Amino acid sequence: MFPSPVPIYTDGSDAEDHVSSAFVIRHRKKRNIHHQTQLSLAANAIILAGVVCVWLQPCDLPSPQFTRDTLKGHSRPESSSRSAFLDQRDTLWMRSAGAWRDAGLHGLLDEITNSAEEVPRFLAVGSACVLALLRWASSFHGSLFPHLTLSSDEMVAEFSQMLDWSDSALRSFAWHPHTDKFAVALLDDSIRIYKSNSSATPTLKHRCQRSVCALQWKPLCGSALAVACQSCLLIWHVDPTSLSTRYCSNTSVSLSLSLSLSLSVSPITSIAWSPTGSLLVSASPVDTAMMVWDVAAESAVPLQRVGGGGVTYLSWSPDGSRLLAATPSALFRVWETRMWTCERWPCLKGSCQSACWSPDGGCLLLSMQGERVIYALTFSDLTGGSKAASVVADLSETSFPGPDGDLTVGGEVCSLSWDPRGERLAVLLKGDSQAVNHPSVIAVFKTRSSPVFELLPCGFVMGEAGAEPRFMQFHPHFQHGALLTVCWSDGRISHVPFYFSSAGLLGGDSPQQALASNTADHSSNKLYTEQIS
Amino acid sequence: MQYLGDKGVVIWRAVASIAWSVLLLPVTATVFVLLSRFSPFHPIQWISDCTSLLAASSTIFSLVVLCGVVLITGFFNLEFYTLVPSIPCSRMALLGTVLHPRQCVHSLVYCTMGMLVMWCASVTIGGRYSTLGTPCRQSQSGEVVTCLNEYHLFILLAGAFMGYSHSFLGVVQNMYYVSFQPIQQYKYPRFKGCLPMVVKCSVIQALYSARNFAAFYFFFGYAPKTWISSTLNLQIDSSLQPLDSLTGFLDFSLLYHLSISGTFLYLTWYLTVLLFRIYVTEAYSFPVQSTFTEDAEQCLPKVLAEKNTLVMKFLALQDLALLSQHSLSRRLEVFSLSQPGGHAHNWNAISRECLSLLSELTQRLVAHQDAIASNGRVKSQSASSDTRSASSSCSGKESYLVSGTEDIAETPRLSVPLRTPGSVFKSSVGDVDSPFSSPAIRRLVGQQDPQSPCFGTVQSPHIMRRGPKLWSASTGLSHLVAASFSEDQFGVVQTTLPNILSCLVVLLEAVDRHFKLPHASSKPVRTICSMGDSTYKTLRFALRAALKTAIYKITTTFGEHLNAVNISTEHRKRLQQFLEFKD
Repeated sequence: MFPSPVPIYTDGSDAEDHVSSAFVIRHRKKRNIHHQTQLSLAANAIILAGVVCVWLQPCDLPSPQFTRDTLKGHSRPESSSRSAFLDQRDTLWMRSAGAWRDAGLHGLLDEITNSAEEVPRFLAVGSACVLALLRWASSFHGSLFPHLTLSSDEMVAEFSQMLDWSDSALRSFAWHPHTDKFAVALLDDSIRIYKSNSSATPTLKHRCQRSVCALQWKPLCGSALAVACQSCLLIWHVDPTSLSTRYCSNTSVSLSLSLSLSLSVSPITSIAWSPTGSLLVSASPVDTAMMVWDVAAESAVPLQRVGGGGVTYLSWSPDGSRLLAATPSALFRVWETRMWTCERWPCLKGSCQSACWSPDGGCLLLSMQGERVIYALTFSDLTGGSKAASVVADLSETSFPGPDGDLTVGGEVCSLSWDPRGERLAVLLKGDSQAVNHPSVIAVFKTRSSPVFELLPCGFVMGEAGAEPRFMQFHPHFQHGALLTVCWSDGRISHVPFYFSSAGLLGGDSPQQALASNTADHSSNKLYTEQIS
Repeated sequence: MQYLGDKGVVIWRAVASIAWSVLLLPVTATVFVLLSRFSPFHPIQWISDCTSLLAASSTIFSLVVLCGVVLITGFFNLEFYTLVPSIPCSRMALLGTVLHPRQCVHSLVYCTMGMLVMWCASVTIGGRYSTLGTPCRQSQSGEVVTCLNEYHLFILLAGAFMGYSHSFLGVVQNMYYVSFQPIQQYKYPRFKGCLPMVVKCSVIQALYSARNFAAFYFFFGYAPKTWISSTLNLQIDSSLQPLDSLTGFLDFSLLYHLSISGTFLYLTWYLTVLLFRIYVTEAYSFPVQSTFTEDAEQCLPKVLAEKNTLVMKFLALQDLALLSQHSLSRRLEVFSLSQPGGHAHNWNAISRECLSLLSELTQRLVAHQDAIASNGRVKSQSASSDTRSASSSCSGKESYLVSGTEDIAETPRLSVPLRTPGSVFKSSVGDVDSPFSSPAIRRLVGQQDPQSPCFGTVQSPHIMRRGPKLWSASTGLSHLVAASFSEDQFGVVQTTLPNILSCLVVLLEAVDRHFKLPHASSKPVRTICSMGDSTYKTLRFALRAALKTAIYKITTTFGEHLNAVNISTEHRKRLQQFLEFKD
């Protein structure tokens, strides 16, 4: 048993100072942050006994493991594999057409410049000049927005929610919002779908499905899965009753792949379905416009705002009233979805890395690149919400006596996830790969939103030796509490349950027996956490 | 605002859009002037030239003429706009539409307007383009006579050509089809968002037209040239290269001016269309109920039942969808009971209207399927039925689908047309053949699903009431009050719930059967860039998706309480699939 953590209450002034240093306040006006609980790991060394390593499988959810060796990536473009074959000289026309198809105008100009002896001199010189001009322009543009100089794959790796995307066997993960099934995108650009109580795992493959960066199931629908790829947006229809285990676009286009929405920009790094399932928003870091798709009608409305240099991350509030759009620069926007106007939120430091909404859509938690704190924004239809983000948690490094010597926990907040009932918050903290005993961990907090917003430390989730968490997502409708699914660096997917009864329903003490394990126990015991009312 | 009848709102909106188009005209004209006199090597002279030109009386006069053109364009927009796309299902039908007298008048007017705009453009560009006659020296005698300025004629004819092609493409691409956006935006951001697309479209269209016109003039340019010169008694200057020759077309300055004038022409028209679309589809908030009887005509339930002006019905449906999603207070108004009497008039009227629309569509689909099935049988008996002329069946079909929601004058022809499968296949040109073309239905379904959030708000206390074991006495009086209060309202909804569910399920079955028909599930080809709205081509997919989402919305909100709803067994079976997310 570990002692129940004691939250540290600070008065508002501390938090507010933090805020004003980190954020440009929108209206140059300070607002009284209502009684806010700020939590810091350093002050809470008392929870160190709660370092819990969990390795257990609840229910019958599949937890597959993928290793890099079994999956062969073929992410290289077709043109680069040509060098492996005998050099057969195509005609200039063929090569130009191929270059145009593979790499667009840039490739065409490159091809013409490279084959200077075959083309008229003025053409070669002209294309070289245009190419130089293009490069100069793009480098100028790139100096304004450094992310534009990245290649497409690097950009996906940079802005994907899956940490260390390029190195990982798992590329993306998504729970179905209503049923016990999830989709996993893998290194070999295929997508597999796992269901509970079913051994069939349909595999989705498509020629255009490369460098999958994000997956999301359509809400209020049994079958539709949106996939953000390097060059397009794919919508699959995976028939829930079908026994077919392999979907390839070549064989059954009309059946499985409903459509691919090609875009002029690439890559797409984030997609978000509206909670009613009617709209799909897609965004790319190279395009300042995000596209709002009416998927069934195959029509899109671009929503463009100048500034920011692109859109990297989208998150729709669970009630559907707001949409967060993060940009690669130090700026993010919150759109309201009734008339689609947006609030600009400039921040002084890095870009917004990850965010999550409270279930009622009234509170948004954010993490910034390179920062070790969690910010909170509140929204309200009546008062208009907060004018500045407040710091709700400070997650700097702290050392805890763990099972195997001291353990340093804390660091940059890479990912945030809030369970659908709003009672558990998982925070992925980046470790230091150089230092010993400073791994990446997932810190779990209990949360309460009424009467005041509170974060109470609950415990840590760590992997097996050498395995670091890369991605996490809560199960959308776990009956007995919350279920956190974690993708690990060793290619494993595991499910971590938190059994509790909802405080909102009962308001009293949990009848469940509180049971905590405080050792690294790899056997299949369950982690019960206490109900703190 | 005094109530001006149903058309009042639309007319005011059209007027506002025309006013904005007129106000935008000086801006586009300035850009055109700057581009037409573009000379990168003499920037100062260029700017000063343009400034003096903009203040010149000829430019002002041109602007006045252009204003007239914009006014006429706006009038045509208002007169020709449609909410139900007309989809000709064969080339013959398309030809029929193009040769329709109304369309001929339209083409004629647009030709004239094109010439007018191009005349303004040529006057503005000045130089060799400005007048039809130029003084020239005759080669033999050496005396000065007035010759035909072929450049001017070329530009004018290009204007007429572009006007006609605009009018023609308007039919082919359904330029006058006004569709409602999937999301709501304020007018200015929407205009700003659409502007790049419009500019791009007009540039591309102008280039295409310029190419086509050049080809046209190369082959047929001789005829108008001689005709004009003989009628107006103008000489043809033989010292100049004629334009309908290969070398004549290598005049890059001419082609440049032709393209930018064409772009200006198309931009003027497209902007007017765009503004009109934006203004007409802007959300309009109808009062749900009114305290005064004289205003009752404007209330949502009344407007929903509107038969004459389709656009008001659409706006009302849109408003209903919006209020059900975003406005709690107006939802409560819908669910409220009348005082005195305690009747749920609002809800009853609205649900009745929606259900009637849905069931109408269902009937239409079933009739369509029956027709197909019977035709198939007929065909197996005698293949000769295949020879039935496609055009006749198509015209019937068209009226059949046009009458999707409106009762227009063509309804006498509504009798379900006999269609041969052959003609159905032939009709793949404008793949239609179903009543799906009525977007109202889609709106309606879009509205049906947000209806369930209201169900949600009403339902939640109900669920709590169902589970008394969750209730210890401590949960408080407030919940009980809320539950009893909303219980009344829930009763209102509950009476119609079986109807709604069965209606949705029946419609879904009909839609599913429709998708089993040949070519119904084939995807239309996507057009790259055109001003015409092609969303109507995918309406049937949108309808199916919206329908499924609506049912899912209801099933997930109600959960197993649906078992208590009184519906037939097969419907329950179908709903069970939805409950298990197996559909």
